[in-house]
This record gives sequence, structure tokens and C-alpha cells, in this order.
Amino acid sequence: MPLPTKIVLPMGQHIGAPATPVVAKGEHVFVGSVVGKAAGFVSMDIHSGVSGVVDAVTTVTGPNGVKQTAVVILPDGKQAVSPHIKPPVVTDLASFQQAVRDSGLVGLGGAGFPAAIKLAPKNLDEIDTLIINGAECEPYITSDNRCMQEDTDFILDGIRAVMKHLDIPRCIIGIEANKPEEIAKLAAAAADMPVEVKRLPETYPQGAEKVLIETCTGREVPFPGLPSDVGVVVLNITSVAFIGKYLKTGMPLVTKRLTVDGDIVKNPGNVEVIIGTPVRELLEFCGGLTEEPGKVLYGGPMMGLCLADLDQPVLKNNNAILALSRRAVQPAKTTNCIHCGRCANACPLGLSSKEIVGAYLKGDVQLLAKLNADLCMSCGTCTFVCPAKRPLAQNIALAKLLMKNGGKK
Amino acid sequence: MSNKLIVTAAPHITGADTTRKIMQRVCIALIPTLLASCIIFGLRAFLLTLITVLACVLFEYGWCRLRKKDVCVDDFSAVVTGMLLAFNLPANLPWWMAVVGAFIAIIVVKQLFGGLGHNFANPAIVARVALAMGFAGRMADSPFPQSGVDALSAATPMSADIGSTAYRALLLGTHGGVLGETCALTILAGGIYLIVTRVISPIIPVTYLGTVAVLSVVAGEDPVIQLLGGGLMLGAFFMATDYVTSPTTRKGKLVFGIGLGVITCAIRFLGTVPEGVSFAILIMNLLVPYIEEHTRQARLGIAKPERGGARA
Repeated sequence: MPLPTKIVLPMGQHIGAPATPVVAKGEHVFVGSVVGKAAGFVSMDIHSGVSGVVDAVTTVTGPNGVKQTAVVILPDGKQAVSPHIKPPVVTDLASFQQAVRDSGLVGLGGAGFPAAIKLAPKNLDEIDTLIINGAECEPYITSDNRCMQEDTDFILDGIRAVMKHLDIPRCIIGIEANKPEEIAKLAAAAADMPVEVKRLPETYPQGAEKVLIETCTGREVPFPGLPSDVGVVVLNITSVAFIGKYLKTGMPLVTKRLTVDGDIVKNPGNVEVIIGTPVRELLEFCGGLTEEPGKVLYGGPMMGLCLADLDQPVLKNNNAILALSRRAVQPAKTTNCIHCGRCANACPLGLSSKEIVGAYLKGDVQLLAKLNADLCMSCGTCTFVCPAKRPLAQNIALAKLLMKNGGKK
Repeated sequence: MSNKLIVTAAPHITGADTTRKIMQRVCIALIPTLLASCIIFGLRAFLLTLITVLACVLFEYGWCRLRKKDVCVDDFSAVVTGMLLAFNLPANLPWWMAVVGAFIAIIVVKQLFGGLGHNFANPAIVARVALAMGFAGRMADSPFPQSGVDALSAATPMSADIGSTAYRALLLGTHGGVLGETCALTILAGGIYLIVTRVISPIIPVTYLGTVAVLSVVAGEDPVIQLLGGGLMLGAFFMATDYVTSPTTRKGKLVFGIGLGVITCAIRFLGTVPEGVSFAILIMNLLVPYIEEHTRQARLGIAKPERGGARA
């Protein structure tokens, strides 16, 4: 797509502490320049995807309603690349981890967890499996799928680098069974490597980390715990492709391929977008909308966040922008719970959604703990399957807050 | 593109199934049996069903208006209760008694406890049990089809000379009994429809019928007659599978189905009343909260603390 009229770079595009802006109004930046410096271990640098002039360091409202600092840059149209951009020199584990840290990579599957931390597990000698998540995380989204088709070499370069530097003997690439071409392509490309391409069931949420690990290895990540507790490191397939590309070019994470879709987008498709591009301009590039939108989402329809206005920018961890009509998001009439049990039977983690919601409405924190409400990952499956159209996942999210606050609403 | 966007928590889409569609499918599944009972017992069976359905819907409507609640008769749950209630009554029951049954089912068992989803037991079962106690004579007077509509016979084949009733009669329903106890074939067809459309899980009917079959053999009874006779088929496919009053997990359904089979056989073989399905369902309905509490599913990463255990 053509250069946007401006880019807006919020300093918190990852899980963890927001970055600290290191540029001031009027300053000139290049493509790849650092504009926000990581503020701590669980944090990430933010880079500019355009060359141009910093227009403002201001405050914006994020999709979760939290106000945060953002750097606004007006492109000069030259797209001059920063003279500092060169392929990283990687010789050992430490320099590899530093390179990934400098790349600004966050989990591109959607969670936005700083990738460098995943590549520095405390029990590195116990890690025996690298799992590459090729299960598209949500309905509508096909950006990981495009990555598998277009960036096969980068994916394998990235896998090789991670396996080599972290000394992981085997790798499993999990791809849903409804993508036979991608499975065949990756299996052929990885034929001479200790890489298994695993066909996954086509069920949502197959891409959820714990579910993926269980399907690929049969191991259950203990709660509370991390994948490394069962000897596994998980990376999204687009993330690992980015690592492969970064090692070759040294260009940090400044663009993102994402799916633009929804029932009112004129020309839906996958678009390579400069991070920070206002969503309005991205939608206009896709032909605009056929009618006034009901909801516009960052991410998929199951876990995506609602944009409050269309001037909000594309973020690092976005894998989709969905524009849905009012009809499509019309809330259905709810009835009383009929105890059909579909919520519990559909829960990928085995939680009893209706009981958790019942306990939440009673404010019974002890029962919530007994039901492991805090295990819920908010995948939304229970709400989706509920015939009574009750907002189960939404209430469980509140239940988790209630537990965190020790029973105070 | 305006800036007026809706902002809510995820998820933003839901599945197509609704409470209403589920209830409608149950009604569809009951229609073959309704037709069969009309053929067996004549127009009276149809009129009786019409009366119980209308009474149930009107009681529900009236209660919602009286209590100024949202009128929810469009969810079809009262229609299901009405049909099931009729299927638990003999065709020649006085109509006012059927209306009393509808009152017990909808007002006493369902609405007084909070409406849809809050009833402690299956409304139609409680109504049947209450009518059987209050109007024992009329409830036991089942018309016997072969000898004319008003000819009286025993309540159910379970109290008749069982050995003389042919399997074929039980399958086709050409014997005495309440509306829904007669034609095993149409009940089975309706049950299979509900399983195929995923309204019900096969676990409860299969374990219930299986337990009865095994215990019949153990007790030296004819398992085919035990399975096809009485209210067992109707109970197993339509009454015991009521969502509100049955467990939700697979394990729970298994326990529930076996419990139903054991109680039914205990009443049939050891008790003084001929038929035990209603009481078995009622008793197991009351145990559901306890079954639920002890049959929760294993949770990923919680139930089995296996760190390294699976590492091979």
C-alpha cells in the first residue's frame, strides 16, 4: 500500500512495560530508527517504519482504553533507511538473544509477548522441543497462511537459528489439516532437518499455546507455569520467519502482514502494512467499507479488541483488522441458562464455564479458585457455543479480576 | 466512515444454535410419536396433547405477565413440556386433570423455582407422578386400542401378563399405555434425530437402556420386553436427557444413566408398583447437583501434575 499520511507508534505494543520515547518533536528519523527504548526486561524497542519528521510525542487511547504515550511521525516520502541497519553478528546464544531483542520482535500470533524472553528460558538444558505455531489463531485470519506460502525459506532459516543457538534437538511445526499445500511445502523444505510437520485438528482454538503443546507432544503445561516447564519453546510461524529475515537484513519489526476482512470490506485480503498506519487509511486502501461499520477489530472475532475510533494505528502484534457490519455484531436475545453443558464440553481447558459464572455472580471467590477460573485464557469458545447466548467468557474475565482483587468488585 | 464504533468485550460472534432452535428440534422429534399415538388411540390423543400444550403455554404466558417478567413462551420450552406431559397421560384422561398436570409442571415445578433452567426436576415427570398419586384410578385407566378406544385395560404392559405381549406389539405400540409409552419405534426415531442433530448426547439413553438390559438378564427377565415396555424408551430419550435436570459432563451422564437403570430395575423387579421410570428419573434429577460436583472434567495442566512424567 502507499505510504500513510502519518504513523502513530504507541509505546506499549507488547506485554510488559511500555517503551520510553527517545525522540523529540521535530527530530528526523529513518526507516528502522529506534523511537522508543525498552524500559526493562519485559519490554521492547519500538522502531519507525518510515523516514520523516517526528510530529508529536503525545497521548493516545489504546484499544483496551488505557492512555499511553505515542510518537507520531510524518513521512517525508524518501523511505531512507537508517545507517545503523545491518545484519546482526550472531556468534553464540547471547548474541542471538540480543539480536532478537534488538529486532523489536513480539509474539506475532497476537499475544505480543516479547520474543527475546521466550528464547531465554531459565531451564535451557531441559528444553527438547521447539514448536512452531502454524495453526491460524482465529477464524477469518489468513496472514500466517500467507507467511507459510511466501516466506518458507525465512521460516526454515529462523528455525535453524533457534535450534542451533538454543541447542534444541527437534522441532514440530503444527499446521491445521485443512492446509494440505502448506503442510506439503514445509515438509518438503524441511526434509533434511529434524523437523516434523504435524497435521492438527481443524478446531478453534488449536493455536492456543497450551492446546498446541498438548496436541503436538501430549504434554500438559502445569498451571501456573510456562511451556518451558514441559521442555518446550513455542514460537508463532510468522515470528520465526521474521527471525530468519532479520538475521539476513537487520531490519527491525516495522511492517506487518495482516488480514483485512469482514463482511463490509470491499476488497478483503492480506496486506503488508507499516506499523503505525492509521486503520482508516488501511481500510481505504482495501477499497473502503460498503456500509457504516458496527465494530472494527484488532485481531479475530473470538478474541479481538474493538477499536474505539478508526484513527487508531496498526500495532506490532496485529494479525488482522476486521470490519463487521452492525448486523453481524447484533447481540442475540439471551435466555436463562438451560444447563446444556455445551460451554463446559467445548472448553479447550476443561473448565466448567456456567459454574464459574454462577460463582462469580455470587461473589464466591473460594469456589472460583476451586473451579480454576484463573486458568481461563478468554478464547471465547463458551460464549460462541452457548445456545442461550449468555456472555460467559466475558463474565469469566470479570471473575478472574474478582479473584485477583480478593473478592472486591 | 464515521467514528461511531461499537466497543464490547470479545468474542464478537456467536454460533447459530439458540435455545429456541433446540426446543423446536425436540418438538419435531416428538411428532412421530404423536402421530403414532393418534393412530393407536384416535383423535383423543391429539386433543389431549393440544390441551396440555395450550395449557402449558398459557400458564407460562400468564405467569410472566403477572410477575411482569419478559414473556418467554417463544422459546418453545413450554411447548416441549406440554407435549411430554401429554405423552405421560392416558388418552382418556379427563381434560381438566390434564390441565391440573400442566399447572403443576409449569407453575409449581418450573416458574416457582425461577423459570427456564431453574426447575429442580423434570416438570412433566413431577406432573405425572403428582397426577398418578392424586388421580390414581384415572391415570391407571389406559385405553386398550384393539378393543376400542374406551375399553379399559391395565396401565401399562409392565403390570399385564408380560409373557403374552409380543415384541411386535411393543415395537409398534399396539398395546395399552399412556400416549408416549406405546410405539417404541417412533420414540427411537425421534431419539436418533436428536442425537444426529446433536441436541442430546447418546450417553444417557445408551447407559440407561444398557443398564436395564444387563440387570434384566441378571434378574432372569426378558430384556427385550423390559426395554420396549413401559415408559423406558420415552424416559431414556426424552425425559432423562432434559438438560436442566441431567448432568453436563460425559462422566456425569454415565453415572446418571447407570443410576437410572439401577433404580428402574429395582422398582420394576423388587417394588410393588409396576413401573419405575418416572420415579427413577425424579430421584436421579434430585441427585444431579451432587453428581455434577463429583464428575467435573479434568482441566488442562491442573488435574494431573505431571512435570517430566510425560517426558520420554
